[in-house]
Amino acid sequence: MTFFLETLLGGLLAGTMYSLVAIGFVLIYKASGVFNFAQGAMLLFAALTFVSLQEQGLPFALALLLTVVVMAIGAIVIERTVLRPLVNRSQITLFMATLGLSFVIEGLAQGLMGAQVRALDLGIDDVPVFLGEVMVSQFDLVAAATAALLVAVLALLFNSTRIGVSLRAVADDTRAALSIGINLNRIWQIVWAVAGIVGLVAGLLWGARQGVQFSLSLVVLKALPVLIIGGFTSIGGAIVGGLIVGAAENLAEVYIGAHIGGGITPWFAYVLALVFLYIRPAGLFGERAIERV
Amino acid sequence: MRKSLQRAIAGAVLALSAYSALPTFAQAAANEQFIPLATYRVGPYASSGIPWWAGTIDYLRYVNEVEGGINGVKIAWEECETEWSTDRIVECYERHKNGRDGAPVAFFLTHSTPASYALMEKGAADKLPLIDPAGGRTESTDGSVFPYAFPLLLSYYGQASVGINYIAEREGGFDKLKGKKIATVYHDSPYGRETQAAIELLAQKYGFENIQIPVAHPGNEQSVQWRQVRQLKPDWVFLRTWGVSTPVALKTAARFGFPADRIIGDVWAGSEADVIPAGDAAKGYQALAPFPGGDGFEIHKRLREHILDKGKSDLKDPSYFGKVYYNIGLINAAIVVEALRAGQQHFGNRPLNGEEGRWAFEHLKVDEARLKEIGFAGLLQPLQVSCADHEGGGAARVQQWDGAKWNLVTDWVQADRPTLRPLIEAKSAAYAKEKGLKARDCRAEL
Repeated sequence: MTFFLETLLGGLLAGTMYSLVAIGFVLIYKASGVFNFAQGAMLLFAALTFVSLQEQGLPFALALLLTVVVMAIGAIVIERTVLRPLVNRSQITLFMATLGLSFVIEGLAQGLMGAQVRALDLGIDDVPVFLGEVMVSQFDLVAAATAALLVAVLALLFNSTRIGVSLRAVADDTRAALSIGINLNRIWQIVWAVAGIVGLVAGLLWGARQGVQFSLSLVVLKALPVLIIGGFTSIGGAIVGGLIVGAAENLAEVYIGAHIGGGITPWFAYVLALVFLYIRPAGLFGERAIERV
Repeated sequence: MRKSLQRAIAGAVLALSAYSALPTFAQAAANEQFIPLATYRVGPYASSGIPWWAGTIDYLRYVNEVEGGINGVKIAWEECETEWSTDRIVECYERHKNGRDGAPVAFFLTHSTPASYALMEKGAADKLPLIDPAGGRTESTDGSVFPYAFPLLLSYYGQASVGINYIAEREGGFDKLKGKKIATVYHDSPYGRETQAAIELLAQKYGFENIQIPVAHPGNEQSVQWRQVRQLKPDWVFLRTWGVSTPVALKTAARFGFPADRIIGDVWAGSEADVIPAGDAAKGYQALAPFPGGDGFEIHKRLREHILDKGKSDLKDPSYFGKVYYNIGLINAAIVVEALRAGQQHFGNRPLNGEEGRWAFEHLKVDEARLKEIGFAGLLQPLQVSCADHEGGGAARVQQWDGAKWNLVTDWVQADRPTLRPLIEAKSAAYAKEKGLKARDCRAEL
């Protein structure tokens, strides 16, 4: 029983790490309907910028602040050079643009900051913590707390600020938002900047676990089933989706994987997502698209 | 005006990008030996590719500029940027298999097990040896069936055997292995699964319990696997991960209380890039090293004097000099240069073609005296390749990470090749049967 509980709890906590990545996708999709394929590259770029600044001798807080500034500038550049020229184009066009953007960002990151693998120490020990007989990771607990804090901050941003109200207006009805004078370009810049900062948080936590290296951009693969299950438009859905994926893949690896050769975690999450697509195509918390036909 | 300025800037940027993307190459002449290099300096694997190819190019440059080439035959090379993608490595092979400007190609360095598999039949048809030290298809060590494949130094089966032999040494003898539990935590891919048959055979021979735990690609979350390790309580873990799955394994092992000094990593889990991200969790971790790390070998002194200090190194960041990936490139370059030298003794001091290249590799012999002469003593194991044996070495040293650098803790540990050979021959015979190939009679070629 202890082993089962440990596996379940470990999976839930690992799932919050997936949620952190998924939230970045949700923000951009919610505001612009764009599935941002470049989110993983943004995560890599943010983490690489942070460690590169630290390597220059900058203290943690200053490196963090400067990285936030870099991500905000990056958001403005992306909006001006990629999104604005493509406004009113189809969603697939915008998706393809973000696909190209991901290669540009990855190339830029390696070109500017080098390709070598870097260690990242956030000062959070990855040591076991015992809850009764059940062992969990202190690092995972901190990651879960960070995800909770991030959701709270984003909820505050969306519900209690003027920018947040504008964001929600754009998300609900872009044309109506434009008609009442909301600056769509500015909103996109803000959303991409916030998604970049969320990418930074996720990049730091994933980077501390596996090192800051190119493969960080691949953690988005973990976020896709989370988005399908939770829904592309709900931050809460990203959290719940992450928990479901984390727990399910851990339990499946132990109790099913052993009988079919193991190593099933990557595809099992997608099988689960496929099941959700059959039952609830918009995801658990996603908005159902209603269109006149 | 503004638009034309924008267009001009965009044009200039594009032109500059195109120029910088051009491959670097030395102009080849008919009297030179041409070597195509399927490099990967950008993309997901650039962190290993950059120092790796710098090691290779630095050594080739050293041979050209300090030794005047191989018996006077200069080496020309050209890079193809492949991002370590199999299709692009195959494309590089196709582009260069016939040489350049009349300079022939004697071999093709695949440096990729998937590419070695993909090119296996092409290499044989084109009569061009495929060189993949410590990689490639294990059964291709049997040159009677695979005349043009050379998984030199240490095959995957050999890696498993060296790992078990080292564990036996640490335990106080092979008899002490009986009843022990050895878990292999492996990257769930053909590479990761490649050692399973060999470990199973060795488990039967020595009586240890063989536990296999797969880690799915990319392996950036492994709590499930290490929870199983904690539950099964193995005495040793043989870590056959790769890329990001290695530091994550080491960190997760530490979290679950499994000591790093009871983990033996294989060849591709034993570079600085594998341990630095794991921080303190990697202290004490050991790895097999047919390509040991360190910059204190004689060849490093020579390279420092003639290449690095003269600003001729391909290495942009000198801190990588002597790191594991740099030394891999260096060692591989030394092997091919020695093979070409062996071929020239037979065919004369001139560039060799593919068929001559095969003969050269099958007569490659590098003993301790020769290793000392070329500055590779301790860095490269003695090699003797033959028609029947395309591995030629079958040994590795073991190195241990102290938190800052790798330290060599053993001399060359030899794989149990007589035990492994029947397994290899059975697999190569199955391949020959499947493809309808007739095996060469290597004894007749002696």
